[in-house]
Formats: sequence, C-alpha cells, structure tokens
Amino acid sequence: MNNDSLFKRLLSWIRESSESFDEDMTIQDVDENESFGVVDKQEHIENLEMVRRKVYSEKENKSMRRMEAIYRWFAVLFACFFTFVLIVTVSHMPKTGDLNNPANNEVAERYIKEGLKETGATNIVAGMILDYRAFDTLGESHVLFVAAIVVTILLRLDKKEKDGINTSIIETIGEAEKDDKIFEPKNDTILQKVSLIFVPIIIIFGIYVILNGHLSPGGGFSGGAIIGAALIMYLNAFGFEKTGKFFNEKVYKTVCFSGLAFYALAKCYAFFCGANHLDSHISKGIAGHILSAGLILPLDIAVGCVVACTMYGFYAMFRKGGF
Amino acid sequence: MRDFVQNFPLFSIVGCLLSSSTSSLLKGRAAKWVNTILIMCVGAMSLCVMIYCLKNGPFVYIMGHVPAPWGNEVRGGVLEGGMGLFFSSIMLLSMMGGRKKILEEIEDTKQNLYYILVNLMLCSLIALVYTNDLFTAYVFVEINTISACGLIAIRQIGRTIEAAVRYMIMSLLGSGLFLVGVCMLYDLTGHLLMSNIKESVALLSASGEFREPLLITIAFITMGLAIKSALFPFHAWLPDAYGYSTISSAAILSSLVSKGYIFLLIKIIYRVIGFDIVHDSLLLNVVFGFSALGIIFGSVSAMKEDDIRRMVSYSSVAQIGYIYLGISLGTKEGMVAAVFQILAHAATKSMLFISAIGLTDASNTSRKFTDLTGSAYRNKIAGMGFAAGALSMVGIPLFSGFISKLLFMRAAVNNYGKMMPTMIVLAISTILNAIYFMKTVVRIYSPERNLYEGREGFVKIHTKDQVFYTITVIIFIALNVALGLCSDPILDLISKGLDMFA
Amino acid sequence: MFGENLLNNYAEAVSMIIFAIGFTNLLLHKNLIKKIIGLNIMDTAVYLFLALKGYIKGRTAPIISNGVIEADKYINPIPSGLVLTGIVVSVSVTALMLALTIRLYKRYHTLDLDEISFRLRKEGR
Repeated sequence: MNNDSLFKRLLSWIRESSESFDEDMTIQDVDENESFGVVDKQEHIENLEMVRRKVYSEKENKSMRRMEAIYRWFAVLFACFFTFVLIVTVSHMPKTGDLNNPANNEVAERYIKEGLKETGATNIVAGMILDYRAFDTLGESHVLFVAAIVVTILLRLDKKEKDGINTSIIETIGEAEKDDKIFEPKNDTILQKVSLIFVPIIIIFGIYVILNGHLSPGGGFSGGAIIGAALIMYLNAFGFEKTGKFFNEKVYKTVCFSGLAFYALAKCYAFFCGANHLDSHISKGIAGHILSAGLILPLDIAVGCVVACTMYGFYAMFRKGGF
Repeated sequence: MRDFVQNFPLFSIVGCLLSSSTSSLLKGRAAKWVNTILIMCVGAMSLCVMIYCLKNGPFVYIMGHVPAPWGNEVRGGVLEGGMGLFFSSIMLLSMMGGRKKILEEIEDTKQNLYYILVNLMLCSLIALVYTNDLFTAYVFVEINTISACGLIAIRQIGRTIEAAVRYMIMSLLGSGLFLVGVCMLYDLTGHLLMSNIKESVALLSASGEFREPLLITIAFITMGLAIKSALFPFHAWLPDAYGYSTISSAAILSSLVSKGYIFLLIKIIYRVIGFDIVHDSLLLNVVFGFSALGIIFGSVSAMKEDDIRRMVSYSSVAQIGYIYLGISLGTKEGMVAAVFQILAHAATKSMLFISAIGLTDASNTSRKFTDLTGSAYRNKIAGMGFAAGALSMVGIPLFSGFISKLLFMRAAVNNYGKMMPTMIVLAISTILNAIYFMKTVVRIYSPERNLYEGREGFVKIHTKDQVFYTITVIIFIALNVALGLCSDPILDLISKGLDMFA
Repeated sequence: MFGENLLNNYAEAVSMIIFAIGFTNLLLHKNLIKKIIGLNIMDTAVYLFLALKGYIKGRTAPIISNGVIEADKYINPIPSGLVLTGIVVSVSVTALMLALTIRLYKRYHTLDLDEISFRLRKEGR
C-alpha cells in the first residue's frame, strides 16, 4: 500500500468511499430504558431501518453511489483550489518579521512609547485592549454573554411547561437527573483528596492572573477561564449538591449582571469624558504597582468573574441542564 | 464640549447593552416593557442624529481619549441616522405584531431570554450602522450571528433547531472569510480604522504594489458578507429559518439581519476601498452574475412551494438579489436604488410575514394553500395586509416596490454593459412574482368562503380580539404607501447621505 | 503567479493551508462533530496568522521591563489584542454549536445533517 503513488492512493480512496457509508454515525443498538418522545421503541427501530434501506443502501439507490463519488471529487478539487489561492496571496504579502512592514507604523510606535504614560499599564497589550481599543472588548464580553444565553435556551430544563408547547422534544428534569447519575462521582477517594489540594491552588493562581493583568501576561479572560476550570474540577469531585451550596443559579445571575453592567457603565463614563475632552478623574497610579492603571484593574476583575461563571455555566448546562 | 446630540450613538449602544444585562434578571412581562421602551428611545435618538446631521454635516465621535488611528471611532451622518431610525421602527412593529405568538410559542421561563436576544440584535445593528472601524464591525457581526441563531432556535421544534444549525454553519464560514480578509488588509495597510485604510489603499493602487493580495483580500471580505446575507448560492438556510421560527423572529430576520450585513458592505465599498477603485472591476461583475441568478432562482423556487411561509421566504432570496444587483451596477444611482430597496423590502417583508400568521391562525394553523382558501374573509385585516404586500412585491404603482423597480431601471440605463441583462432579469422576475403572489391573493380572496365554514379551527377572527395586531398591520400598510407616494424626499435624504458617506 | 516572498513567508503559508483544511471540513463534511472540529481548526489558523503578523526579528514581548520604553525593543502589540478577541469568539460559537448538536442528537440519534433533514421531511413537522 505504501509503495503506491500518491495519485493511486487518492483514486482508491475516492472509489472506496463510494462503496460504503459511515455506519458509525447512527447508533447500532437501542438502550432498553431509553425513551424517544413521540414514537415507542419498536417503531423507532423500524423507522431507522427504513431510512437506512431507502436512502443509504446502494441496492435500492444507485444514484446515491454516483452522487457520493461526484461529491468526493468536488471536495478534493475545491480544497486544492482554495489552498492554492491562499498560498498565492500569502506569497505576495510583506515579509514576516521585517522591520519595514506596513503594520509597524506610527500606531504601534505610540502604543509602546506613550502607553505607560497614557494608560499606566506595563503590559502594553492589556493597555491596548482595555484602554485604547476598549470598545472592541466591550463587544467581545457580550459575545460570551449572548452565547451563554442561547445555550441556556437550548439546554436548560425548567419546571413549568405550558400547555400547547410541543413537549416531545423537551425531556423532563427527572430523566436528565437519571442520565446524570452516570457522571456523579460516588465519593471517589482519589478525586476528592486530589481536589482538596489542587482546587485552592488553582483558584489562587487564577486570582493572581486576573489581578496582574496590567503588569504581566494575563488578564480577565485567561484568569476567568482558570477559575472556571477550578470550579468544574470541584463539581466533578463533590457533585452538584455540595457545589450548589455556594454556587447556584442566583449567584450566577447576580455575578453576570453586575460584571457586565459595571463594565458598560464604566466604559460609557470613560468614553463620554474622553470624547467631550473632560477630565475623568481616574488616577493612573504608580506604574508597576497592583493598584494602578486607572480602570483596567476593576474591568479585569469584572470580566474575570463573568468568564468564570460562564465557563462553569456551560459545563453545568451540558451535563444536567441546570444548576 | 461637544453638542449633546453627538453623544447619542454612544448612548444608543450602551443603552442596548445595559438593558440586555438587566433583562436577564427580570421576568417575561418586565423584560417586554424594557424592550419596547429601549427600541423607542433608540429610534428617537437616531432621528435626532439624522436631523442634526442634515443641518451640520457628518461628525466623528472618539471612543476614548485618543483620536484615530490610535483609538476607536464612530461616525454619524444622515444615512446612518436614517438607517438607525428605520431599523428601530421595523423592529418595534415586528415585536408588536408577533407579541401574542411569543406568549404562546415560547416557554414562560424563557421569555425574558428572547427579549435579551432582541436587545442584543438591535445593539449589533446600531453598532454596524455607526462604526468606523473594521475590527469592531467583526465583533458586532459575531453578536448579530449568535443572536440570530438564538432567535431561530427559540421555538424548539425539530425544524427550527436543524435550521439554526444550517444557519450557523453558513454564517461561520462567512465570518471566517471576513476575519481572514480583515487580517490580511491589516497586514497590507497597517490600519484598522476605515478612513486610514482608504488612504493606504489609494496609495497602494496608485503605486501598483501588492496588487494581487489587495484584490484577493477585498474578494474575501465581499464573499464573507455575501455568504452571511444569503446571496445565491448560499441561501440554503433561508427557507427553513424564516419559515418555521416564531413570527416576530421571522419578521426581524428577514427584514433586518441580512440588511445589516449589506449596509456594512456598502460602507466598506465607500469608506475602505473607495468607490472609484471598485466601480468597474471584475468583482462587481461576478456579484452581478450571482445576483441575477439569485433573482430568477428565488422566484422559480417560490412558485413551486406549497406552504405560504416558505413561499414568502423564497421571495426574500429574490429581493436580496435585487439589492446586490443595485450595488453591482457600480453607479451612484445604483447605490441609491439598492438603499431604497433595503427600506422597501424591510417594510414589505415583515408585513407579509405578520399577515401570513394572521391568515393561518384563522385556518386551523395550517399553512397549506388549500386550507387558506377564503381566509381573507375570516381575518379581514390580515387579508388586506397580505394583499398590500403582494401588490408592492409585484411592483404595482402606489406602493414601494414600484419605486424601487423604477430606480433600478433608471440606474441600469446609464450603464451600457449591464443594461440588457438587467432589463431581462427584471422583466422575468416581475412576471414570476406576479404569478405566485397574485395566485395567492386570488386564493385568499376566493368567493368559496363557505367551503370551510363550521369546520374545526376555521374561525372568524374579529378586530376586537386583536387590537394590537390590527394597529400594527395598518401602520405597515401606511408605511408602504408612504414610501411609494412620497419617495422624493426620502430619495433626496439617501442621496445626501451617500454623498456624506465617503 | 507566485510572489517573491513565498519562501520567507513559509509560516504564513502553513497557516493558510490549515485554514483551508478547516474551511473545507466545515463546509463539506457530513458529520456534525467533524464540522465543529473544522471550525476550531479554521480559527486556530487565523490566530497563527495574526501571531506571525506582529513578529519583528530580534525583539521581545511587549511587556515593559526594566523601564525600557524605546520603540525598537518590542514587537507590534496590536495583533495580540486581536487574537484575544478571536479566541473568545471562537469559544462562544463552539459552545453554541455543541449545544445544538446535543439537542439534535437527543431527538434523532444521528449526527448526519442530511439524514436529519430527510427524517424531518418525512415527519412533515
């Protein structure tokens, strides 16, 4: 096989794929206790078989084989053409790492030279995203928020279900908890002992990354992700009941609302003062100290809390559909 | 100290963001009121910006304490204020027309989440209208995409979730291309603010350096935005998404979401590339070809449909093709025609969707044409709305569709190369539009109204049961007729706005 | 056809090949999970491209240390900021697509989008 040329291998791949179909995308056997909503188990198995026979079997559907082959040829050609166009573009672009690139112009120069004086942050990138180009970061934190909202819409299971809504696609809370019992830890010794040691260390590291966002690499987003990971580890070791004692839905909503509202109001005030040439009375502090760089530290803390809650919220929604 | 009106773009955007965070804590009814008040405030502020700019010219508002190119900027002008006002009004009318359906089709505990999505959709549209920076545009395009996915999937039946998946896949392809284009453009010019990029691009095209990458980069940006606004052949997600979601989502999606991206494309053509460089290029010819195909294909597919909402969705494909046709003509009249078609289509398509839901409600919620026979007699106001929308789509004088077709013809006459194809495409599409729309109007007004009397679900809906709905449809018809009769001042405003736009 | 900088910009060429792989994956694969993986590959390629944009030979990361603020000691800080925004956007859309895939799988027990469309048409809902 390895001695064949590349072209021969490509041809044989295309020919092979038109002879079989990815069977592993649909389940082979049906679990005893699973419920399927509208149809019962027997009918569901019959439906699956009929679909497979009518659509995907080559005996009954000869045009399927031809379509698959054409599709694969088209995919290969398109990928090659697209790669070619991109490489041609890249080959004409300015040299990487060159000093005289158009991108290294007066914009970057001012950020480096005057960045410390105008923003008070020694981390030039943090000064740029939270001070010079803060509008982009304001939008970006709301991208995370809106994604959390849509995941909540899709996955959260609520107690009351109104009459008339098509409930066949919404499973009940009891079924979800029953499914989740597989993942519940059942007091695993190793996991719990290790979490007792590591979770505090990870949280302290996350807080360090957030607080030092304007002095060293880090910032709200990375620190928040680290704290979120610590919370997920705690949940995996101790289960939903223990975690629910200090982190439930009310905490989640409060933290998200206060973080985002504080961010929007603070930035509105800063933009208003800046555009109208008023003095905003926010001191820049001494460079290199923790309490410096004006608004950057409070904004980092707000963003860090929101990101941590959102990461934990994603995990909880995916596992059980609720907190 | 600036004039207070110049702060209004900032206040609109921040107001939308604050109300969306607040709505996450409120219940459904309170969130509904917050949403309505927010849309009205944003509309009023955009109106003030437009009137201010008519008197004093466009202004630049620094977001931060440093000017461009070191900091971020938004820019206000007549066209921006006008589009902001128009988007807010259409959104307000769509929410009013669909409010009963929101209560019925969405779970109680998730109603405030729906209003959060509408607030963020409004925020992203206003930001796209006012922004002067390419990377800010990318971030708000992503907010727009995710909110639109949520608006489709809120109804949670099998078809809407599959439609949401298809929509996300297509949209993310477009976003990926757009992002790569922006990064390459940054590499070639060194700036992210639109005005600065334009100077660099002018220098680069004059000197001939980096000619191929510049062309391919602009092609990527255009293709990314065209994929996201459902230009043929990237429209596969459109009929499912508009046809099955809840009715205010369908109205908002069809009128506003695609138009936000098209407006961003027009802004990029004017403010990043420069109208003179692009107006006779290969790129516009390719867009012209695709738009012509889209118009014909959309109309043909609409004729084959059996379901009223899917038929209206396919006619959206054709109408978006019209807008791209106007852009690709490459003249100023073409751009004015395209912007007017944005307004006309938004006003008409939302009205069609809202009337269609009224008709299906009176026919046992069935969407098939056989069941809709005579339904205009069961729900009089919905029938009138649908008839007015259909007449506007075909291009009967007195309605807005006629003015937009007239503008396209006038713009095409000045461009010799594209005149014949444009005329042929417009003729064919008008005939096809007439076939499937008039067929529907005749059917809903058919005199065989007694055929369904007394059958289960085929009730007569009186005006007093649906006061808000009636008011909404009447305002929509009035808006359409106003655009059709008093188009001259509006065209004047658009012209002035486009002059200030560059 | 090919410009003069092809060999010098080899890293950018690699990032563009990865971008094309991710894009084709997202567009043409039938399995939903593989599409999501393609989306992530595409976004990672864009971060690599941006990281290369900022690099200048012989200079260090833009964190001011030892009080040195000459402009010729640090690389360009702007692309790093763009990458930060891009990462957040990529995580958000990946979570969203995975949530949609979970809902579809729970109902139809298949990850093939074409098969789901076929069954929806058959159900008529």
